[in-house]
Amino acid sequence: MMLRLDNVTKVYKVGAFGGKAFAAVDGVSFDVRQGEVVSLIGESGSGKSTIGRMILGLTSITTGSITVDGVPVKAAKEYYRHVQGVFQDPFSCYNPVFKADRVFRMIKDSYYPEVSGAEWDERVRSTVQDVRLNPGQVLGKYPHQLSGGQLQRLLIARALLLDIKLLVADEITSMLDASTRIDVLNLLAELKERGLGVLYVTHDLSLGNYLAERTVVLRNGTVVEMGLTEKVFGDPLHPYTRKLLAAVPRLNAPWEDAEPTGVCRYHAAGASGPLLEAEAGHFVACARLGDCPR
Amino acid sequence: MTAIQETPAKDAGAGVRREALYFALRNGKLLAGFGVVAVLFLLGFAGPLVLEAADPNAYGSQPMAPPSGEHWFGTTTFGQDVFAQFVHGLRTTFVVGALGGGIAAVIAMAVGFTAGYRGGLVDEILNMVTNIVLVIPTLAVLLIINAYLGVRSVPAQALFIGLTSWPWAARAIRAQTFSLRTRDFVALARLSGSSTRKIILREIAPNMSSYLFMMFILLFGGSILIASSLDFIGLGPTEGVSLGLMLQNANQWSAMQLGLWWWFLPPGAGITAVVGALYVANVGLDEVFNPKLRET
Repeated sequence: MMLRLDNVTKVYKVGAFGGKAFAAVDGVSFDVRQGEVVSLIGESGSGKSTIGRMILGLTSITTGSITVDGVPVKAAKEYYRHVQGVFQDPFSCYNPVFKADRVFRMIKDSYYPEVSGAEWDERVRSTVQDVRLNPGQVLGKYPHQLSGGQLQRLLIARALLLDIKLLVADEITSMLDASTRIDVLNLLAELKERGLGVLYVTHDLSLGNYLAERTVVLRNGTVVEMGLTEKVFGDPLHPYTRKLLAAVPRLNAPWEDAEPTGVCRYHAAGASGPLLEAEAGHFVACARLGDCPR
Repeated sequence: MTAIQETPAKDAGAGVRREALYFALRNGKLLAGFGVVAVLFLLGFAGPLVLEAADPNAYGSQPMAPPSGEHWFGTTTFGQDVFAQFVHGLRTTFVVGALGGGIAAVIAMAVGFTAGYRGGLVDEILNMVTNIVLVIPTLAVLLIINAYLGVRSVPAQALFIGLTSWPWAARAIRAQTFSLRTRDFVALARLSGSSTRKIILREIAPNMSSYLFMMFILLFGGSILIASSLDFIGLGPTEGVSLGLMLQNANQWSAMQLGLWWWFLPPGAGITAVVGALYVANVGLDEVFNPKLRET
């Protein structure tokens, strides 16, 4: 068990004097193992990016714990040697006044000051080739001279220069065109082969399906269903998951009613509660699951 | 395509500096602006050493003389050499501008970056202090301090100006920092192990470098103008000479009515030239630092 979230909650104070509390993430627990891609699916505002940022130590955790190999999240240099993130908008990830390859330089300055310049350049070039970019075409350029796909792959290369164990990929394909998207996904699949754990945060179900062993469906900051991807997608139990799946457009098929049929297989729509194990490794939030006939 | 592929990756830090220098040396606005400032600066600092007259306020034998070979900028009602006064005045002006503007810029950056980056309670407190200083009627306080304490040296004047003219700049930096700190490249710098100080200095500040420089120019110009006004109303340094004092004397002795244009024109033009040239240089600097504005 590499990444472990245990009853993680993030509460924001809202209102004129911070009098009201808003739980963006409410009691979320799941884990990501080595060499496994877990996709975290949910609509906008479901708290999936907040979870990503909490794992990266960019947002504080209100209650609960997040650990990587048993070590709690710490916004410190040593933590980031093993845990890295790639964000949604590649254009905003580069400081526009500097050249794009400065992101590599920063890694060297922080983590590999002892490596000689020539050796580092060689490492950068081979890593850039690993993400299927041509070093000559992308190095020494300004961010506005590169495409979104190139920038995004450079960011993945940046993470690979470190000895990472876990990569948080926060909607990394949503700004890319369809063909580049597949390239980036194949890249993630390769990372998995290398034994990395990947948390793939997305709102795009079909892409999550393509890549992930396990899927966690998030709604309003709580997990409504999680389990093996084929179980969650093939046999969705929670009405929200079914609604999500119904919303995926299909070729040669009329648009299905995106609304849930009203009643889940077990229980009335909108039910939520503690996660119950419907079958081995397949959890669903349904308070009356046990009462319902299969 | 294959021809351009094998460009070696250069040393990033030195490359940025070399490139900035490359574009700086080819930017007409920057060169013209800094050229004017440099000439006036040299005049102010080297001039007094070269001039024979040790005391620019010494009375001469030729009052109200128009510009001539002997007195380049003519003389005052008392026969003082206007050029000697102008050169000494420039020196005072640069000292007040650099010191007053510098002190204000340092305070503004410290307060603005800290409040903007930290946010929360730190921001609330710093913002409160900023707003309090902002609503203090600066000129009235400067008047009182100058009149009451009787502090009449140039550095003291610059210090007072610096301590009271930073709030607007701090607010502007805070607002810019607020918008920049949420950008993903700040998060990425944190993931690269950068400390808060490093993030502010290396990520946020470079994005507003031309803005910061413009702020310094505005504070520099503002300090000169405030000092000139103080001098003009008779609350400046009692000894020596400044461009504001020259204007005050010219006004007091009716230079305008007497047609002694050479008395008030040089100090007025001097103040305008320094501030104006710095503005032009700033436009040029913006083009140097921001790769998107370059014409290539």
